[in-house]
Amino acid sequence: MGGTMIELRGATKVFSGMDHPAVDHLDLSVPEGELVVFVGPSGCGKTTTLKMINRIVEPTSGTITIGGQNVLDRPAHLVRRDIGYVIQQIGLFPHNTIERNIATVPRLLGWDDDRTAARVDELIGLMGLDPDMKSRYPGELSGGQRQRVGVARALAADPPVLLMDEPYGAVDPLVRTRLQDQLLELQRDLHKTIVFVTHDIDEAIRLGDRIAILNVGGKLEQFDTPEQLLRAPANEFVEDFLGGERGLKRLALRCVGDLGTLPRGSVVSADASGEEAIAAAKAYGGEWCGVLDGDELRGWAWVDEFRGAVRAGDVETRRFRVGISRDSTLREALDAMVRSSTGVAAIFDDRDRYLGMLQLGDLTAEITTGQGHP
Amino acid sequence: MTGPLTSLVLGQAAPAGQWLRQNGDVIVDRGIEHLQLTAISIGLGLVISIALSVIALRYRRTYRPITMAAGVVFTIPSIALFPVLRPYFGLTATTAIIGLTLYTLLFLIRNILVGIESVPADVVEAAEGQGYARNRLFVEIELPLALPVILAGVRIATVTTIGLVTITGLIGYGGFGFFIFDGLRSNLYLPKLLVGALAPMVLALLADGALQLVERALTPWSRRAAG
Amino acid sequence: MEALIDAVGFLADPGNWAGDRGILVRLIEHIQLCVPALLAAMVVAIPAGVLAGHHRRGQAIGTFIANVGRAIPTLALLVFGLILSVRVLGLGISYWPTVFALFFLALHPLFTNTYTAVKNVDRSLVEAARGMGYDERRLLLEVEVPVASPVIFTAIRIAAVQVVATAPIGALAAGGGFGRFVLDGFGSRDYGLMYAGIILIALLALATERLVDAIERVAVPDGLRLDAEDDVVSVAAASGRAV
Repeated sequence: MGGTMIELRGATKVFSGMDHPAVDHLDLSVPEGELVVFVGPSGCGKTTTLKMINRIVEPTSGTITIGGQNVLDRPAHLVRRDIGYVIQQIGLFPHNTIERNIATVPRLLGWDDDRTAARVDELIGLMGLDPDMKSRYPGELSGGQRQRVGVARALAADPPVLLMDEPYGAVDPLVRTRLQDQLLELQRDLHKTIVFVTHDIDEAIRLGDRIAILNVGGKLEQFDTPEQLLRAPANEFVEDFLGGERGLKRLALRCVGDLGTLPRGSVVSADASGEEAIAAAKAYGGEWCGVLDGDELRGWAWVDEFRGAVRAGDVETRRFRVGISRDSTLREALDAMVRSSTGVAAIFDDRDRYLGMLQLGDLTAEITTGQGHP
Repeated sequence: MTGPLTSLVLGQAAPAGQWLRQNGDVIVDRGIEHLQLTAISIGLGLVISIALSVIALRYRRTYRPITMAAGVVFTIPSIALFPVLRPYFGLTATTAIIGLTLYTLLFLIRNILVGIESVPADVVEAAEGQGYARNRLFVEIELPLALPVILAGVRIATVTTIGLVTITGLIGYGGFGFFIFDGLRSNLYLPKLLVGALAPMVLALLADGALQLVERALTPWSRRAAG
Repeated sequence: MEALIDAVGFLADPGNWAGDRGILVRLIEHIQLCVPALLAAMVVAIPAGVLAGHHRRGQAIGTFIANVGRAIPTLALLVFGLILSVRVLGLGISYWPTVFALFFLALHPLFTNTYTAVKNVDRSLVEAARGMGYDERRLLLEVEVPVASPVIFTAIRIAAVQVVATAPIGALAAGGGFGRFVLDGFGSRDYGLMYAGIILIALLALATERLVDAIERVAVPDGLRLDAEDDVVSVAAASGRAV
């Protein structure tokens, strides 16, 4: 994208009373417009490092620059007004309305009322919140709603940098996935430089353009794209932290749509003969064939059931219970294959029109072509 | 038990009514005195307490000494405090106000400190992260959120002070309490004793109620339930 | 501060200890006022507080009594004591009014703190006990009260000190005890006598606190004992009454 937005050089933090540093001379460059995730076990200093960027925790030594400017050059509270900050418990001001909460930084910056009000409305729309919510208080909102207000507040003054400290840690998995999706969508439009802290490696892989794996004391073990990390972990620590099933995790990085044209698979049209159905099944290497009614995939039947049938469409078929879309990850495709009795993942578009099917062999090719890249 | 009690009450009704009508203006005067002593002491107490609280929070080493000093005053029996102050300040309103104000300090300081400390840490951190400077944070975030606890302290202090004002009858004041001392001297004249005892209670309950309304008005956000 | 010197002189003079107006006599009077009042109040207020704290409906009553009780001036209690003992019961003036007043005085902190103590017993503990099959009566006696006992003892400590320190008010109604010294000294401008009375009251209050503390050490299991840091002052403040 652009150059480096946030640069940490020799960043160190020693808390009083502790004999070893929480963060020990960390060097890291966060590229502009990227979502970088800090991830690691407890005590690795990921949160401390994040908090040094906006000086919630003052660095003991080392330099931290944002956009080339040293964060120590200006008073802390001024630096923070140019940075969006989202924490796990959110910390909305209970005594202010949602509107006031979101308008916090604009007010601190001295924006005039009209501009502030317009911006609040813009953000409410952006975060998919109900405009009625503006005059309510945080105590009246659900956890997920409060989370989104927290992000809206952070974005209010349109800061170039966003710091997020385990923001989705306290919500349930369903809400978390939706919030992650929303963040990815926002980032697609806004291209902020985001530093995101989490202890969940799967979240890191899902969200990060780049991931920094930190060890105790703020030691940087590897800083790479998720793809590279999974394909080539730098050492045993990183390997252990990534967890098992790295192959599957890599599959989660790609979508069905990335594969280009999809194999038509073992299907015939309803007007085809029973013989053609059997032939199609054999060609695909299986014992069954699917029946297409125009664009609609009616179902499948065993080879034996097609014997003697004049028209394939006359045979009674079973429905394909499991289906995926072009947006599904390859990992979800694999899961579909495992779950269905046919051993394939049938792919449909958003209007349930048949697009193709994948079997295990199709995925193996995908995994092996990925090997050996630098 | 109820027999003598009812005959007592009935027997006193007529002379009591007469006494009340005859002394209406004196009662009102003493009532105003009661309110004035209370208001001045609470007002003064608030100013001093806020100042001391800010100091205690800003300079951690003064925290303990300040809270302990406020507490020590409280252990001095009120019946002793005013007589002790008398030789220095005489039989003046100053003596009364000094004593009364000192008694408010414990509740006010304690509740101001507890109130501010009970502001959730994540709210303060979020405020700092947004870019609030220290002083503005205190005024716009910490103080409003500490308000319910602080107001509870004001309520307790007010009710207690209204009660203590009666003791200042020892040095010639007393507000409604004046009638208690007067009644004791007049062979336990019942109307006087009852006015002196009951009027402060009514006043205290009214003040408590009024302050609860004030608290409700100032904290609209705690009224609405969670979603 | 010659008054203080006078006070010390007064206390040091053995002649002031004996005699029917002496320190010892006043001490006995003071104790005679305080002990019955406190014990009677404990008998009434503690069970009431326990019940109010235990039942969920008790919350409304509990907070109501806490608020109302605070609004009653100590002097008013003396007035009620006087009316009750002299006009209604026809008893004397120098003893009973003060005892009644102290009784009513002790009710509020004992009830309020006991109520709070029982109410604040960890709910999960109660739930676990119920789940094990405890019936309400045994739950109360064998679980809630023992767990709440440290705070209840603190309440007793507070009430005891308050009673001892407030008994002087009885002197206004011709009562006895150390308050006599204070009032007489104040009235006759003998500040040495006044300060002597104050010192004696303070010493007695302190001794009372230590005594109840010692009893608590024996009665309450070690694991539950509260720190002595929970001093008289802060808990007195909790009951919201000036001494």
